[in-house]
Amino acid sequence: MESASRSSRSGSCADLATRRQFLKVGLAAGAVLAVVRFLERSEAAPAPNHRVLDSTAVVTVAAFVPIVLEGTLPEEPQARARAIRETVEGFDRAVSGLSLPVQKEVDQLFGVLRFAPTRLAFTGLWQPVEESSPEEVAAFLLRWRHSSFDIQRAGYQALTQLIQAAWFDNPLSWPAIGYPGPPRIA
Amino acid sequence: MSVPDPIREGLARGWKAIDAATLAADRELECDVAIVGSGAGGGVTAEILTAAGLSVVILEEGPLVGSTEFRMREREAYPRLYQESAARQTLDKAITILQGRCVGGGTTVNWTSSFRTPPRTLAHWNKAYGLDALTESALAPWFARMEERLSIGPWGMPPNENNDVLRRGATKLGIAHGAIRRNVKGCANLGYCGMGCPLNAKQSMLVTTIPAALDRGATLVHRARVTRLVAEGDRVVACDAFGVERNGAQQSARRVRVRARHFVLAAGAINTPAILISSAIPDPNGLAGKRTFLHPTVVSGSAFAQKVEGYYGAPQTVYSDHFLDGVALDGPMGFKLEAPPVHPILAGITLPGFGADHARWMTRFPNLQVLIALMRDGFHGESPGGQVVLRSGWPVLDYPLNDYVWNGVRRAYLAMAEIQFAAGAQSVMPLHEGAQPLTSWREAKGAIEALTLRPLHSRVVSAHVMGGCPMGSDPRAAVVDDGGRHHHVQNLSIHDASTFPTSVGANPQLTIYALAARHATGLAATLKA
Repeated sequence: MESASRSSRSGSCADLATRRQFLKVGLAAGAVLAVVRFLERSEAAPAPNHRVLDSTAVVTVAAFVPIVLEGTLPEEPQARARAIRETVEGFDRAVSGLSLPVQKEVDQLFGVLRFAPTRLAFTGLWQPVEESSPEEVAAFLLRWRHSSFDIQRAGYQALTQLIQAAWFDNPLSWPAIGYPGPPRIA
Repeated sequence: MSVPDPIREGLARGWKAIDAATLAADRELECDVAIVGSGAGGGVTAEILTAAGLSVVILEEGPLVGSTEFRMREREAYPRLYQESAARQTLDKAITILQGRCVGGGTTVNWTSSFRTPPRTLAHWNKAYGLDALTESALAPWFARMEERLSIGPWGMPPNENNDVLRRGATKLGIAHGAIRRNVKGCANLGYCGMGCPLNAKQSMLVTTIPAALDRGATLVHRARVTRLVAEGDRVVACDAFGVERNGAQQSARRVRVRARHFVLAAGAINTPAILISSAIPDPNGLAGKRTFLHPTVVSGSAFAQKVEGYYGAPQTVYSDHFLDGVALDGPMGFKLEAPPVHPILAGITLPGFGADHARWMTRFPNLQVLIALMRDGFHGESPGGQVVLRSGWPVLDYPLNDYVWNGVRRAYLAMAEIQFAAGAQSVMPLHEGAQPLTSWREAKGAIEALTLRPLHSRVVSAHVMGGCPMGSDPRAAVVDDGGRHHHVQNLSIHDASTFPTSVGANPQLTIYALAARHATGLAATLKA
């Protein structure tokens, strides 16, 4: 908080302080990340109906879906629940088709979100994603979207694009976007 | 009405096709020529070598899928027919690469744009890489031959509205533009070329050269990833492939070993260099995988009052080379303008933002119009391209984006926005995480000039991977000679876009076809002698 108010008051000096703080957070988080890789590797089996995501990751993705897809998800509760479920399944299918090194990176991303110290350091979320408010999750996604760290922007793009890809070829999404679907071959 | 499926019919007539993912035991095969890859380079090569009476085995990482299974659904097509589910990315994730991974390779899923290699590109290759034999006039018969074989010609229908915006805007601004020739026969103007043509109208390798080769007795091993060439001294004696499952993400333990007199790599410009590197093929100057080019492509979205319906109608029928022709090859980065197909997944992941920001564009999907600018890379000292590296055995392209590229990106955003407004767009937005919808050319000009350009903020995509195993007369500066023959290995050739010394500056399929036809004809003569 303190550094934020300082940087708003004076220019380059505060920028430097902010940058230094970022760097410190970055380094510390890097060390923690190494630990996370051992402690929080997903050892769990894929959740039922899923190929690679375990049950914790399924809950996490399901929490992101309504925030990323606000404005195109159906409002009616039953249709909405189905849309979220199918989007998570599509997310899982998409991850299962990535190269193994990239799948491992996705797994690490969920490790970071699951392990409280890295979650706080990287995302600013005190609670797990599914227990945070939509405003908190949206604010975190926005921070990553415009982060000065390439890795956070990459994490933001992976999360949002996998969710968007999973939703927009689901015919359930087409009424909201006005897509009539592929033509019938006469 | 049911459309005949040439793949099902061929299999029923007894084609020799082996699905490596379902093998119960290892296999060994022998032939005159083993061809790795069944896309533009491998397909043409297979047809010409089998016509010369040589025995051929084609190895393809992707599946053998025919028109019956092309249902115009992105969800089905991307995981099945593309590398890494159409989400292949450069090392830092800043560029998404669309690359085919199926029988027919990129030609099964490309958007049918057919250009001869620009004369300026050939002149540069001649001068800078000693490719004296590859002049415009020397290649003309090869282009003509492949144009005839693949029904490449003018497209008779009017452009869809998405493309007509490019035509109208360019006309209004006095910007030179033209009609794109296409490799189609009996095309119904559906617009789903990127998901595999359900009518077999696109004259891809899948319905032309590969069936011809299989009818002449070639063997096709599909869902087989070639991991290495086995070399002894300056000869390759075998290549090893493993079955792949789960859309390529998982490798099986079953091996297919192919022994041959000659080997042709045509696995595309990421996988071909990766095979050379992982096989430790002699490379005294460390060239393999370096100088890999992408035509890095940036995107401008716009909204129109009327429906655009960019999902229907032939994609990419209008182009402009104004911003390529107007700059020196070694000057600021030039770019080619085209109008791509607009489908829900591609649009959904390419439009920036999330939630309400994103929904604002998606909910006007039928009115969305999209232009792309393909940047010509590899001609300038500050455009060295990328490098293919192996990560836990998986190839990945490290392609840093530098200020030279960003300068081109900014000019491309400006050019596209001006054209879109000239054609009547209500709003325009460069696809960039920091951009907002802009409602006039004047506003757009200021906003684009002020935009901070950096990786993972600008959407950068590529559908053209080239280079990494360049042709050239000097063995110290090139991997293969002008006939595609490896400089240091006797019986190894490369027939794909990896042999391009720079990018093409145009959609590359016809360049690959013509060079592969020339290389394969030369190779057949040598092997039959």
